[in-house]
Amino acid sequence: MNTTHETKSAPAALVTGGSRGLGRALAVALAGAGFRVVLVAREHGPLDQVVAEIRARGGQAHGIAADVADRDAVAAIAGQAAALVGSIDLLVNNASTLGPVPLRLLLDTDCEDLSRALEVNLVAPFRLTKAFAGAMVLRGSGTIVNISSDAGVEAYPRWGAYGASKAALEQLGRIWAAELAGTGVRVLTVDPGEMNTRMHADALPEADPATLADPERVASGIVALLSAEGPGAAASGARLAVRGDERKTAEGRTS
Amino acid sequence: MTAARTYPARRDDVRLLVVDAGAGELHERRTTALPALLSPGDLLVVNDAATLPASLRGHDVTGAPVEARLISSDTERGAGHFWAVLFGAGNWRQRTEDRSPPPALATGARLRFGPLAAEVVALSSLSPRLVALRLAGSDDEVWAALYQEGRPVQYSYLAHDLPLWAVQTVYAGRPWAFEMPSAGRPLSWEILLALRRNGVRWASLTHAAGLSSTGDPALDAALPLPERFDIPAATVAAIAETRRQGGRVIAVGTTVVRALEGGSAPDGTLRAGSGVTSLRIIPGYRPRVVDGLLSGIHTAAESHFAVLAAFAPFDLLRSAERYAEAHQFKSHELGDAMLILPRRHAVDRPLLSCAP
Repeated sequence: MNTTHETKSAPAALVTGGSRGLGRALAVALAGAGFRVVLVAREHGPLDQVVAEIRARGGQAHGIAADVADRDAVAAIAGQAAALVGSIDLLVNNASTLGPVPLRLLLDTDCEDLSRALEVNLVAPFRLTKAFAGAMVLRGSGTIVNISSDAGVEAYPRWGAYGASKAALEQLGRIWAAELAGTGVRVLTVDPGEMNTRMHADALPEADPATLADPERVASGIVALLSAEGPGAAASGARLAVRGDERKTAEGRTS
Repeated sequence: MTAARTYPARRDDVRLLVVDAGAGELHERRTTALPALLSPGDLLVVNDAATLPASLRGHDVTGAPVEARLISSDTERGAGHFWAVLFGAGNWRQRTEDRSPPPALATGARLRFGPLAAEVVALSSLSPRLVALRLAGSDDEVWAALYQEGRPVQYSYLAHDLPLWAVQTVYAGRPWAFEMPSAGRPLSWEILLALRRNGVRWASLTHAAGLSSTGDPALDAALPLPERFDIPAATVAAIAETRRQGGRVIAVGTTVVRALEGGSAPDGTLRAGSGVTSLRIIPGYRPRVVDGLLSGIHTAAESHFAVLAAFAPFDLLRSAERYAEAHQFKSHELGDAMLILPRRHAVDRPLLSCAP
């Protein structure tokens, strides 16, 4: 047999919803911080653009075109990602849907819209976590980040489908953290606040973009938080509010 | 022995035949009892290879149907290169022995599997069915197409198709396996975490399990072909620590045996890293690293039996086979399990905590 000694390679991250908004910004920021990044998004076009942009900056990135809510796609996403970059150290469940747009009162929300929100925002992160966390537990290290929202905590009228799905995602994250205690795998919830993204424009078209945080600034805040080690490191199960700029979020959300 | 035709209701609750090589006894348990069957200080070593969608269906340039089952990475030629076993017309409902041969293909022949273009770059002297394939495209393109077009290798004795998620262990990582490392199928996190609470440690390696059978007698006689493996430094350290403390190294599956035995020097020393092993475990083989084995139910007619025979007396294994047959244990990928526990080590301690 031939034996070659393994070399410790750069950590690897997988970001869902990686072609736009916070997901895109996170992928770019993680690549900038030395991660090998796998981005997942439904459409090839925008996905390939972000991959090309990261590579042009000297980073390592790969794109996987898939719908995270497609049950059969999850094993393929996990396999392709690990084939391309090896073991995944960081999973960011960022892909989300608002549910019906314009946002509707619950009495006007179709059951199918609520189901779809739960499928994308809750069940897909569950399936992806199941697909990646086992290998992390076996290795004794890894981080899973679920991107949530203050709509998962506050009862904003018209945010029913989205808010309920995020509240459930946060509770699922706490239970993941409790079950994985002592394994070396962290599960964190991040509330990125209100950002200047297409999703925000879809939800609140009347909002003034100047009052919203840049996703790039929020992303670098999240990356800094994830990189913190020792006593400053975020404890598993924590809910972390990360703001690009505190002043801009002071007005809060209108309902 | 009857093959299991579908999944058990719970992956971690199947029948377990315990072969106690020390006492020369057989015990019937269930896999849920595994945490009580191993002792503090023992080490369970698993193969964390995820299973690839290794079966591709397509055509040659004349339109003749071809199924390619990838059997190993062609590490000499590099990325996008695989060794594959080819079949002609037919499908997985037929036994591989009954499948028609592939069209005669020369070096340079082109094949197409949906969006995936492939070229035959070499033929094997082992069998006309075994060829080296180059899958065209960048790494990203090849893996995307493979996962879009490929399906896990299917089995004629199953009642239904196996989707990709169904052929993964709960700890699957890098997709190196061409068939499921199925000995690890009954392991759930409930069991793994209970083992750890009981003082049993676990460690992992990655071994590129190849096809277990091809239906071509000449090729089957040569299996397993050389397979690549990667043993982390943490696993080497855990094995050394286990030996120092008199614990037992229990391999989950014959692929783990092959990696650890094939990766070790004749004096039993093991180095971390990756390599390729062509070790074939034949009757009389004396293991240097592994003490015991969790596996599926195998009969003396299978090549896996030689691996079992490295860990327990032949007569005891034949008794186990007869017991499994008489008590209708299920064999094959989705079947029941067998745990071979070795004779005691110098450190004396009870082997089984339960009475028969």
